[in-house]
Amino acid sequence: MALVLFFPKGRWHVSSRAFVILLPFLVIAAFWVMARYEARTVHDPTHKSYWERNGMVLGILFIVLVALWTLFLVTLPYLYMVVESFHPRLPPMKRFGPEDYLTLEQYKSLFVSPVDKEWNTTHLYAFFYTIVVSSAVTFLNLCICYPLAYFMAQAGSVQQVRLLMLGLIVPYWVNEILRAFSIRLLLAAKGLINQGLMGAGLTDAPIDFLGNNTGMWVGLSYANLLIMMFPLYNAIESLDKNQIEAARDLGAPWWKIHRDVVIPYAKPGIASGCTMVFMLAAGSLAAPLFLGGPNTLWFTAIVYDFFFQAFNWPRGSAYAFLLLAACITFVMIMLRLFKVKLGEAIR
Amino acid sequence: MSSGFALRVMLGFYVCLFFMYLFGPLVVMGITAFNTPSYPQTIPFEGFTLDWFVKLYNHRQMREGLWNSIIIGIGVVALSVPIGLAASIIMNQIYHRARGLFYLVTVSPLLTPGVIIGISTVIFWKDAFGLTDFTKAVFYKGIILSILGQSSFVAAYCLLIIMARLTRFDRAQEEAALDLGATYPQVFLHVLLPFLRPALLSAAVIAFLSSFENYNTTTFAILADKTLVTVLAGEVRQGTTPALSALAVIIIGLSLLGAVVYEVLKRREERIASEMKERARLAERGETAPELFRPAAATA
Repeated sequence: MALVLFFPKGRWHVSSRAFVILLPFLVIAAFWVMARYEARTVHDPTHKSYWERNGMVLGILFIVLVALWTLFLVTLPYLYMVVESFHPRLPPMKRFGPEDYLTLEQYKSLFVSPVDKEWNTTHLYAFFYTIVVSSAVTFLNLCICYPLAYFMAQAGSVQQVRLLMLGLIVPYWVNEILRAFSIRLLLAAKGLINQGLMGAGLTDAPIDFLGNNTGMWVGLSYANLLIMMFPLYNAIESLDKNQIEAARDLGAPWWKIHRDVVIPYAKPGIASGCTMVFMLAAGSLAAPLFLGGPNTLWFTAIVYDFFFQAFNWPRGSAYAFLLLAACITFVMIMLRLFKVKLGEAIR
Repeated sequence: MSSGFALRVMLGFYVCLFFMYLFGPLVVMGITAFNTPSYPQTIPFEGFTLDWFVKLYNHRQMREGLWNSIIIGIGVVALSVPIGLAASIIMNQIYHRARGLFYLVTVSPLLTPGVIIGISTVIFWKDAFGLTDFTKAVFYKGIILSILGQSSFVAAYCLLIIMARLTRFDRAQEEAALDLGATYPQVFLHVLLPFLRPALLSAAVIAFLSSFENYNTTTFAILADKTLVTVLAGEVRQGTTPALSALAVIIIGLSLLGAVVYEVLKRREERIASEMKERARLAERGETAPELFRPAAATA
């Protein structure tokens, strides 16, 4: 009803966008009603209201800032992108016109190519390839980082840990593009590794590391190595050393200590590291663009092309939303698998 | 004993391997910045040169990009640190039922690929600013969209950093100041902000750096403009030149410097904090703490 009031001419195609703009405000209203109800029914004499705690000026300022962020920088753009993905591709003049109806064609196009009506194997393959490779890179980085994180958190002396930390922080701030560039210098046809291999007589012609996707794998792992390291280290660091001592005194072998004491305790760190690495790997642009060969397929790069080469924003939005859905699914699986709450995983 | 020794050797080997993986590519790249051939090569080292730094300095687009990057970085700090502060204060006070949703909404940008943040920012603001010709002409610009897009997730970093300190704040201080007749803004300025100062500073630094480094969001949000990182990406895509290695050397040098300065500042802060605690402890015991402690502090 409300939407009809907003758009009395029955232009439902426009109102889908308006509805999405209204949605967060409806949620806020619902929570406000709930809060009022709770304040009225629960009598707590020590309780002070928001205004009593912050004063009028600051109270309003805080709310305005947070509303600006959560509404205009986070929720509304996301929702708007989702709505955009349910619209056809139109020239700017025809947007908001009668041809601007809701449609599923952008999502269908991932499965059935709109050009030749055949199965869209390229994009489907790229989608699953991206997810599988990102998961594999996540697992790889977990395996690479776990021993060092454990050593720094539990076994190393204070000086050692400080030095190692410094060694970790410095490369962390070298940006993604330059790190991809450095890997490319190593793996290129004229790069150091090929020089070494040919110098040692192992191969006659340079191996095409970039064309066979080795470069992309290495780049993805390399770029996200420290994203895995810090949450792991933080989680293991707070484990009481006495627990490990006790397990050792009771005769547990080292692998049992890790399996039954350290890893269960470090679960939030593992979940948080895995979540971040997966998300960054799946959403990565630099590694596939700069370290892939001409035949490298990466879903994010396809999305990128829809925006910058095909100028098909609705289809790009639909693909972006599918990527987001895949990331959310992965996060949910990780949280469920490790029985960790979201608040524990991201701190 | 011998198995312990073997384990230690293996561990040392592993740590070496790890840091070789971490630093190896950077070192190789660093060497190419000083080598003469125009294809960035490490071996053979044909001659020492600083030409690539000069080339880098004369790269007009990169200088323009750097300028834009700095403006965007300042904008992001100015927007996201206050937002993070306000959000952490509200998060601390909010009802438990709404808290879950609030938390989910505020950390969701951290779980969203940067590409998607960039895309959604452009799509939304293109229509929002496009409502009138005036707003479109004034606000629909790469720099402004980049600030908006980056702030959406940088504010979440700030929230988490400030939150971590805010949870240790003793509300009694605030209550006491209020009871003594201070106004709310006075309490905020003279009690809460000084307490949060270290967290605010590190939030600002992290915000600037993550804005400066960002590629995935910016490449969409910057529209037709350029930042240092997008220029860099274009260069890497086109080909390879040792001038890029030179830039990397500068960045590594700066972050090394930054890390050292940070370490020194942190140590000083820790020392001051422990001195304060010690002083408070002595004062509580009724000993004449300040007089006893000051000479020791001066010599330390």
